[in-house]
Amino acid sequence: MATASLRRGRAARLSHRAALPLPSGTSLDDKSLTENGLAAPERKTGRILLIACGALAREILDICNANGLDHMDLTCLPAKLHLYPDQIITHVEAAVAKHRAIYDQIYVVYADCGTGGQLQKKCADLGVEMVPGPHCYAFFEGNTRFDTLSEAGEITAFYLTDFLVKQFDAFVWRPMGLDKNPELRDMIFGNYTTLIYQSQIRDTELLDKARDCAKRMGLDFIHRHTGYGDLETTLKTWGKSAPSSN
Amino acid sequence: MSEEEDIILSELDDEELVQQMFDDLYDGLKEEIEEGVNILLERGWAPYKILTEALVGGMTIVGADFRDGILFVPEVLLAANAMKGGMTILKPLLAETGAPRMGSMVIGTVKGDIHDIGKNLVSMMMEGAGFEVVDIGINNPVENYLEALEEHKPDILGMSALLTTTMPYMKVVIDTMIEQGKRDDYIVLVGGAPLNEEFGKAIGADAYCRDAAVAVETAKEYVARKHNAMNA
Repeated sequence: MATASLRRGRAARLSHRAALPLPSGTSLDDKSLTENGLAAPERKTGRILLIACGALAREILDICNANGLDHMDLTCLPAKLHLYPDQIITHVEAAVAKHRAIYDQIYVVYADCGTGGQLQKKCADLGVEMVPGPHCYAFFEGNTRFDTLSEAGEITAFYLTDFLVKQFDAFVWRPMGLDKNPELRDMIFGNYTTLIYQSQIRDTELLDKARDCAKRMGLDFIHRHTGYGDLETTLKTWGKSAPSSN
Repeated sequence: MSEEEDIILSELDDEELVQQMFDDLYDGLKEEIEEGVNILLERGWAPYKILTEALVGGMTIVGADFRDGILFVPEVLLAANAMKGGMTILKPLLAETGAPRMGSMVIGTVKGDIHDIGKNLVSMMMEGAGFEVVDIGINNPVENYLEALEEHKPDILGMSALLTTTMPYMKVVIDTMIEQGKRDDYIVLVGGAPLNEEFGKAIGADAYCRDAAVAVETAKEYVARKHNAMNA
C-alpha cells in the first residue's frame, strides 16, 4: 500500500505545469542561459542578429571576439528548450518576428536539434539561414567528420559539450529523473557504451567533471578536443556576408 | 507522516478502484498496480477486461500527457514499469482464458539508432491491446526487417527512430520492400520524436503514429480494413 505522499495523480501534475519563459536573461551564467536565455541588447549595436541556443552563448561571443565580428549582436533562447524541440521552432519564429525590422540580417544559430527538419523548413519560410548539421555535437566535431565517426560505429556514444558538462544535472540527470529514480539509469542509457566529451576549451576541472559524468552514467569515457569546429567557420562566413562597418 | 489518509484499494468500489489505478499508473506505483490487478481478479473481472480498462486505459492517459509535454520520459518509464507489473500477472491468465487476438506486428529501431524507449512503449501497449508483438530490437539494417517479416508473417511492420540522421533509413526499408514486391503485404507504421505525418507519407508508410496510444488505434483501424478487404 502506498503512503499518501507518493500518490499525486494527474490533477496535481497538471496544476504544476509551468509555461516556458521567453528570453529575458541578462547574465552569461550557465543556469541563467539554461532557464532564461539571453535578451538582445537594448540598443542595437550591430547590423546582424544571431538568434542562438543558450547553450552556445559563451562560444559564440568567444568566436566573435576572436574574429572581430563586432557587428553581430546576440540573443539566446533558453537552452532548456532542447527538452521540447517543437518549441524551439515556435520560439525561433517569435524571435525572428520581434527583431527582423531592426536588423539588416538575422541568422539562427541552431542545428536541427531533434526537430526532424522542421526548424530548417521554418527558417526557409522565414528567409533566414541556420547552422547546417543535426546537432551541436556534430558541428563542433565538424559535420563531415561526425558522419564518418557515426558510420564507423560511434552510434553508441553519448556526447557532452562544455556547456552540457557544466549543466549536466540540469540537462541530463534531473530531466531524466535520475536524481529521484536512479534505477532508471540502465533503462535510459543501457544501449550506450561510451561518453564522449567534446571540449571547446581546455579546462582540467571540466575534464574531471566530464569523467565523473561518465562514471555516474556507467559509461566508458573518451575525451576529444574539438574547439569550435564548424560553428566558427559558419559564423565567420556569415560575418563576411555583411562586413563590420568599423 | 502525511496528513492525508492512506488509500486502501480493497475498500474502493470497482469504478473508484479503476480510477485510482489510473492515478497509480500515472505515478508509476508498481506494487499498487499489482495489488489493484489482484483485487479486480478476486472480484471476478476477466483478465482481458482488467488489461484494457484499467491498464491500457491508464497508460493511454500517460501517453497523451507525454505527448502534450505534461509528463516526461522518466515518469513514462515508471508508469510503463508499473503496467508491466500488472501485465506479468495477467499474461498467463490471458493465455488460459483466450483473449481476443487483434493481429501481429514486427517492430524495431532502424539502423544507426540505439534508442528504444518509445519502441518499447509501443510494444507494450500493442501487447496490451491484444497484438502479438515480435520486437527485433535496435540498430536494424533492412535485412533484419525482411528476415523478421519472412519468419513471422505479421500484419504490421513498425519502425522507430529518434534521430534526424537515422529516420531517412525507414525509406530504405520501404523501398527495398517495394523492390521485392512485398510492400503491399504489410501495414507499415512509423514513429519517433523527430517524425511527422508529412514524413510518413513522403517515405511511403501507411501511417505515422505520434505516440503509443495512437499506434494502437491506428493498428486496429488498419488491421480491420485489411481483414474487411480480404473478406470482400
